[in-house]
Amino acid sequence: MSAHLPILQVVVPLLAAPLCLFLKRGRVAWGLAVLASWAALAIAIALLGQVTQQGVLSYAIGDWAPPIGIEYRVDIVNAWVLVIVSGIGAIVAPYAMASVEREVEAGRIPLFYAAYLLCLSGLLGITITGDMFNVFVFLEISSLSAYALIALGQARRALTSAFRYLIMGSVGATFIVIGIGLLYVMTGTLNMVDLAQLLPGVWDSRTVRVAYGFLAVGFCLKLALFPLHLWLPNAYTYAPSAVTAFMASTATKVAVYMLLRFFLTIFGPVFSFDVMALDRVVLPLALVAIASMSLVAIFQVNVKRLLAYSSVAQIGYMILGLSFATVTGLTATLLHLFNHALMKGALFMAMGCVMYRIGSVHINAMAGLGRRMPWTMAAFVAGGLSLVGVPLTVGFVSKWYLILGALERGWWPVAILVLLASLLALVYIWRVVEAAYFRDFPGDELTREAPWTLLGPTWALVALNLYFGIDAGRTAGIARQAAEVLMAGIGP
Amino acid sequence: MTTLMLLALAVPVAGAALIALLRKSPNAREAASLVTAGALFAIVLRIYRAVSGGARPEITLAEPLPGIRIALEAEPLGVLFALIASFLWIVTTAYSIGYMRGHHEKNQTRFYLFFAFAIASVMGVAFAGNLFTLFAFYEVLSLATFPLVTHAGTEKAKRAGRVYLGVLFSTSVVFQLLGIVWVYAVAGTVDFEPGGILRGNVGAGLVPVLLALFVFGIGKAAVMPFHRWLPAAMVAPTPVSALLHAVAVVKAGVFAVLKVTVYVFGFEFVAETGASVWLMWAAAATIILGSLVAFTKDNLKARLAYSTVSQLSYVVLGAMLANGLGVIGSGMHIAMHAFGKITLFFCAGAIMVAAHKSEVSQLNGLGRRMPVTFAAFLIGTLSIVGLPPTGGAWSKWFLGVGSVEAGQIGLVAVLMLSSLLSLAYLLEIPLRGFFGKEEDGDHGRVHGDGGAPAEAHAQHGAPGEAHAHHGAPRWSVAAIAVTAAACVALFVYPEPFYRLMTMVAGQ
Repeated sequence: MSAHLPILQVVVPLLAAPLCLFLKRGRVAWGLAVLASWAALAIAIALLGQVTQQGVLSYAIGDWAPPIGIEYRVDIVNAWVLVIVSGIGAIVAPYAMASVEREVEAGRIPLFYAAYLLCLSGLLGITITGDMFNVFVFLEISSLSAYALIALGQARRALTSAFRYLIMGSVGATFIVIGIGLLYVMTGTLNMVDLAQLLPGVWDSRTVRVAYGFLAVGFCLKLALFPLHLWLPNAYTYAPSAVTAFMASTATKVAVYMLLRFFLTIFGPVFSFDVMALDRVVLPLALVAIASMSLVAIFQVNVKRLLAYSSVAQIGYMILGLSFATVTGLTATLLHLFNHALMKGALFMAMGCVMYRIGSVHINAMAGLGRRMPWTMAAFVAGGLSLVGVPLTVGFVSKWYLILGALERGWWPVAILVLLASLLALVYIWRVVEAAYFRDFPGDELTREAPWTLLGPTWALVALNLYFGIDAGRTAGIARQAAEVLMAGIGP
Repeated sequence: MTTLMLLALAVPVAGAALIALLRKSPNAREAASLVTAGALFAIVLRIYRAVSGGARPEITLAEPLPGIRIALEAEPLGVLFALIASFLWIVTTAYSIGYMRGHHEKNQTRFYLFFAFAIASVMGVAFAGNLFTLFAFYEVLSLATFPLVTHAGTEKAKRAGRVYLGVLFSTSVVFQLLGIVWVYAVAGTVDFEPGGILRGNVGAGLVPVLLALFVFGIGKAAVMPFHRWLPAAMVAPTPVSALLHAVAVVKAGVFAVLKVTVYVFGFEFVAETGASVWLMWAAAATIILGSLVAFTKDNLKARLAYSTVSQLSYVVLGAMLANGLGVIGSGMHIAMHAFGKITLFFCAGAIMVAAHKSEVSQLNGLGRRMPVTFAAFLIGTLSIVGLPPTGGAWSKWFLGVGSVEAGQIGLVAVLMLSSLLSLAYLLEIPLRGFFGKEEDGDHGRVHGDGGAPAEAHAQHGAPGEAHAHHGAPRWSVAAIAVTAAACVALFVYPEPFYRLMTMVAGQ
């Protein structure tokens, strides 16, 4: 059984998805989704345990040995990402019940859970596979289901947002598949380990470099690196609350993982940093993303959109860590994958609670909510403090490593910019806090605290924000190990 | 021993919980506040005994990042700060009972609750065992005091709150945190060690930069140009201004500067590298400019606030002198200024409650009705200026001698000039009080010290009008008497603080 964990990681949610369609009743489909997502989390944790004890796991699908057959390959890097993705999936699934019943038509609820599980299995598949074309297949599975999930949003603009995401996402996927095709032309293999061995022989060919360029653009679109982020704010704003919480914490993270996997494991750090100058290309983009998107976030009146722009800025932090091209920098990136999932998940879930009760997340509609929905708003404040990077929250841990990485390179202006940007984060979080705590509640007297089925998962994430802020030794240890693996490469 | 330090943090938090539980009965709630404050002082006193006997208890609570611990350690400087803060908390609580009731403040439970949280974080700052722990409690202190600053809930209070948190957060996040990470990057540790942790790890060129990151990054020390938050914080109720913005919060700032200078840089190392010379003059500029601005303020609390800005830089200056005498003077001034300035604020609050006067120009003749208050103000003034027979004389003395030893005769002149300035702008208040000619139409509105309105009623009639006003509450007058007496007592017996500081300086 435990030998088959890699394939079960993907197959369990993938098979549960169509089952949801046969279950006519929403609650039953929900129950199945919860079970499947919890099983996925259990498998991911077990895999992480196996990897830390035994080293790299390789699983040949159908016993067709790689490089001919499809290989699932789990090392510390993707075991870590699997835990992040399935962990968020497992926390959002129970949360979805009440939130989705409020925001999605009853008849479509089984469809919702089918798409949710498909999206989850797609993301897990991208992460776990050791086969380049398999990445593309799972990318399409996760993307198509994501478009459907976003289109289920209440507002009519959810449809245009989903369509826009579909166009941009498909452009990104096309770029990626062209890159993969070019690499296949040059090497005749799709297996990642095999590619890593063969590519150094053809480094000098223009085709490989073009492939690199195509892949870079495709990944950056998918992970919403400035200026390729235009699909993200609307998609996050108009999607159902549970979808936003899930996507914001997973989809872009997996895209960052793809980028790291392709450019550091397959191409190798030497080719990426020394030949293609990846670090110098993404550094200015990351800095502009951090500064400009934090500024834009300050002027938003829809809090979900505010958080969406903040996400684009936070993605800038992850890419900034990469641009240091050091182990410390990558540690910051990998830590922030996890930490940002925790904080944005908590923040978007708190917004879901607000949406559930007052049907809006406009900053003016939230006036005085601090008294009406104390637990919800306290969760928002805690998540916000973490986003700002206050000590004893996970946000501080990320920031610490980023600044340390910048100082190691001697880039103190970058360190100052990171710190200034966290002040901008304080400003936009503060606007919400002021509305919620310092203004009078205009709505009716009956507005109550959100139900515990929403608050429970939200506070679970808040608690994780604090726990891993106080005891970051383990997460930082894993992230550093993963960063070392990535920086070492697996090429010859 | 280590449990005592944990108790010093836990007792105020438990007190806060108790305050929240007893919110229905104000008397029980205030009793809980007083008992908590007393218990805390008793605990700190026991830590003081152990530390002055040479013990250095330490405890690690958690290790968030490899090598970065949340740790507590009691050493003489921290004990000095904790002693002052915990003792003055008792006095302030007593004062608050009179003030908050006399002033009909709303949300009193919230007030006492966050007050207790603030004190808990002050204890954390005092006993922090490394830079990270210090930074964490420093930020918690900003957050805990924010609801106190915005207590009134008015638009003005909200704006002030924004300035308050804005300045304190930006300086601490942009400069201080950068400094901490930088120290970690070069030294591989952020622990406080006698003699510092930087010697041998940094080039001489980086030391002034790092030191400046801390001096300006610790915004609570209010070195100009990052002082604006302190006058802004004066919208808070007077007990908050008294304890937090004359003692606990601002002293947490200058304490942190001193602690970092002594235990991270090592003051000998600072002196050798000459890193602090220009910072001395930044502090000197703040001393003079703060005094000059204080002159222009007619609002009593604003004048005291700028006086605090000026006086805080004395402590920073002492640290930047980077010699033993300077460090002693710096630490002593934390203590002496605390007692002096809290007395002045208590008086300002008493005047506000009893006479509804907040401007200096309105105080003419008031001293004859409130003799205790104005006499106490005079004593506080003497201590701030540094004249015998008050404790302030000692810290000024050591700072002056320290300046001479550092070879900075110019600074001695700055100290003298500033003393004259503060004498002028503070002495105006008791002089107006005792010798000024009272304006007409104010009779009967003032009820004098000790809350004895009967006499005033009898003399000035108009019981209907007098009904709306109260005398300075007894609780408040008692508190004023205690701190004023302490100013004098510290002249005669500065021994405990002096001994602690010689331990710090003579390591």
